[in-house]
Amino acid sequence: MRAFDAGWGGAVWKTIGEPITNVSSRYSSIDWEGRRMMGFNNIELISDRSIEINLQEMAEAKRRYPKHAVIASLMVESKRETWHDIVQRAEDAGADGLELNFGCPHGMSERGMGSAVGQVPEYCEQITAWVKQKARTPVIVKLTPNISDIRMPARAAKRGGADALSAINTINSITGIDLDTFQANPNVDGKSSHGGYCGPAVKPIALNMVQQVCADPASALPLSGIGGIANWQDAAEFILLGCGTVQVCTAVMHYGYRIVEDMQDGLLAWMAEKGFASIDDFRGRSIPNVVNWNQLNLNYQIVARIHEDLCIGCQLCYTACWDGAHQCIHLDHTSPAPDTTRTPAMVEAEAARRISTTPIPKLDAGGSGSSNARTPLERIPRVDEHHCVGCNLCSLVCPVEGCITMERIENGLAPQTWAERVAAGITPGGACEVVNTK
Amino acid sequence: MSGQTSFVQQAPNHPETSARFGDLHPPFDKQAAIPEANRCFFCFDAPCTGACPTHIDVPRFIKKIASGNLSGSARTILDANILGASCARACPVEVLCEGACVMHRFNKQPIQIARLQRFAMDSLHASGAPLPFAPGPDTGLSVALIGAGPASLACAAELRRRGIRAQLYDARPLPGGLNTYGVAEYKLPLVESLREIEMLSQLGVEFHFATMIDAEMLAGLEHEHDAVFLGIGLGGIHRLGIAGEQLPGVTNALDLIAGYKSGECTTVPARVAVVGAGNTAIDAAVAAVRLGATEVHIAYRRGPEQMSAFAFEYEHARLEGVKFVWHTQPTRILGGESVEGLELTRLAASADGQAGSEFCLAVDLVVLAIGQGTHSGLLSGKVQVERGRIVIDRATGQTSDPKYFAGGDCTNGGREVVDAVADGKRAGIGIAAWLGAALASA
Repeated sequence: MRAFDAGWGGAVWKTIGEPITNVSSRYSSIDWEGRRMMGFNNIELISDRSIEINLQEMAEAKRRYPKHAVIASLMVESKRETWHDIVQRAEDAGADGLELNFGCPHGMSERGMGSAVGQVPEYCEQITAWVKQKARTPVIVKLTPNISDIRMPARAAKRGGADALSAINTINSITGIDLDTFQANPNVDGKSSHGGYCGPAVKPIALNMVQQVCADPASALPLSGIGGIANWQDAAEFILLGCGTVQVCTAVMHYGYRIVEDMQDGLLAWMAEKGFASIDDFRGRSIPNVVNWNQLNLNYQIVARIHEDLCIGCQLCYTACWDGAHQCIHLDHTSPAPDTTRTPAMVEAEAARRISTTPIPKLDAGGSGSSNARTPLERIPRVDEHHCVGCNLCSLVCPVEGCITMERIENGLAPQTWAERVAAGITPGGACEVVNTK
Repeated sequence: MSGQTSFVQQAPNHPETSARFGDLHPPFDKQAAIPEANRCFFCFDAPCTGACPTHIDVPRFIKKIASGNLSGSARTILDANILGASCARACPVEVLCEGACVMHRFNKQPIQIARLQRFAMDSLHASGAPLPFAPGPDTGLSVALIGAGPASLACAAELRRRGIRAQLYDARPLPGGLNTYGVAEYKLPLVESLREIEMLSQLGVEFHFATMIDAEMLAGLEHEHDAVFLGIGLGGIHRLGIAGEQLPGVTNALDLIAGYKSGECTTVPARVAVVGAGNTAIDAAVAAVRLGATEVHIAYRRGPEQMSAFAFEYEHARLEGVKFVWHTQPTRILGGESVEGLELTRLAASADGQAGSEFCLAVDLVVLAIGQGTHSGLLSGKVQVERGRIVIDRATGQTSDPKYFAGGDCTNGGREVVDAVADGKRAGIGIAAWLGAALASA
């Protein structure tokens, strides 16, 4: 109810089932370069409170906030009667919809629930069908990412009659090992267990799975996006790939319900800027922009361009290109002619031989350190555009916004995809006897 | 004579001085150091490393702080600069590593390299771990080092790591030269200089204190050893050559600084004039403020554009309340029993008077900081000297006499601790190479 007061439109009440016993501790996280909780992990199970109390409270919440959506997240043992019973009770309590938790990857799966269901399309379809026999409200199936191809359980849920899907649940994880005790996190009396990974780190995985589901006609249903959503930009991306709603948990656990204010404010501002009046104006708009690799234009050519006026001289692009890409960035601006033979080791050796002294203002005007406002020319790398493959790496490592841009080269070639090359007989298609990509 | 006695235990302990000369740049704790370390971009061929005279691999030691490898971080620093702890505190980083940081062109906030370096070095000292280097296998070679300041210490460390004996001779009772006696206490406390040298001496460096080397002794050392390193610094502070200079109440900046650092002087009179506007003059002026002076003037014969003090030192002095009197030349020191005033002649017209007009500052103490003289007697005819500086090959430290090497202030006319360390390091490597080549051809 505090969430509704803060501005959240709905809540998924999770997860209701026969009460369990939780352990302590339950959470652990991955920090990254000083930022906390880049990735978050839990080994909590479902609610440790009784079904009665959960449903009483849900009824109370619905009574006080009748206009807010409350979805009951359900997980019970895989029996038809048990599911029928819980569906009936949740709807009687006023639930606006049901989310079937087929995703929980730890603990419950050992008892034949959660991802143990979600990983077997037949079970997924069966239980969805049982629930649909009883349900009067929309049934949402929550998908586990701990599976080779998320479309398999998605299709099964659709066959079972699901009204909608939500994705993704958490990803199997061990967040780390304590290097003093050799014990894993989170620590429960010296032992740990794999947990479910979430938070900003999982967003790219979630986006991919959302795209896979939305782009697959046999899977596609109204989809609620989940996975690392912390701000309006994240939300917009999930919607662009087809989600009608998004769910947020880790970010709220980190910063509290108040984050919804900017999610709403920022999203509305962006929508106004783009001329979108509603979510439906842009929902799924990016789906056609994600295709199989063989549909990409092989004749599209870009090269990196360093904007010297913005370059700060860190040379991260240089070392990245040499050690991680195609050796086509060079430090030869002050050489008489372009020099692609000078290696990073040579650059470092020259620097080590150089003798530096502390400048004395009176004696060394114009010496080293006298002006740090401009990047010395010798520190500004140069891209060998003839050898640049347009991989993006330099522009990704560059700390300065807009300093390295990827520029299109007009090569005069008509667009051509791998699929077209194969069809035209230019390239053999490769053996497909065992690999079924359909 | 040897490193058996703890230098640190011999350090004077004056709580009042410590209180008056608290850290200008307080240390980082872990909570502050790690986010700062993470902010570093890890530049390739980093400008900070290039700007450092000793070429400390700055991004490498910073990333080791970020990864929690503090011993590796300290080793990275010490490998390039055996006085890394002193330099972390004493270096004018604004014109060295931090001045070169690419962050000036990014978000205007350079990485706080000095404080990170101090964090790594303090962590090493706090851990009680030994110096992470061992002496090289004994070569039977031996080098005499004249002076036990930063240049000789750095040279000695390189020699010991290569199995060459290093015998240091110094006129003072404790090692470190100006690193111990000449750096403002709020930058580098005397005891910290000694702590670092204590560690360095684990390499088996041999010290001979309270030993003033004259030309005759030098000839003896040349005969006994395979090479000689001259790290003799500069001579005393110049005199003005004006009336009243012999009065009690006239001193020089180095004596004032060494005096309060060694605890011999704990207070100064109320009104102080410092003559000169170099970094040493600033240190002396600020010291006078900290030692209780209520009115401190710096008199300089030229304008702020020509002073040799760094801009940030000038700012610091102003913040401490030091007043600057530009374009003035001291022409007489007034007083009967002791100093009562300093007569100054204007060298340029100002709102207060014509060029050539005189005025008097009422002061109780005059501190001269107008540059140091050079040694000549010791070296007469021995090695080539130009404009008071021993001429060396910059890459190896070798002088005109191949058996003599030199580095530090006596070769560069007076720069920073880190410049002396860099000179000493190059000379140590140069001596080892020269002796190695000599052995090979013998």
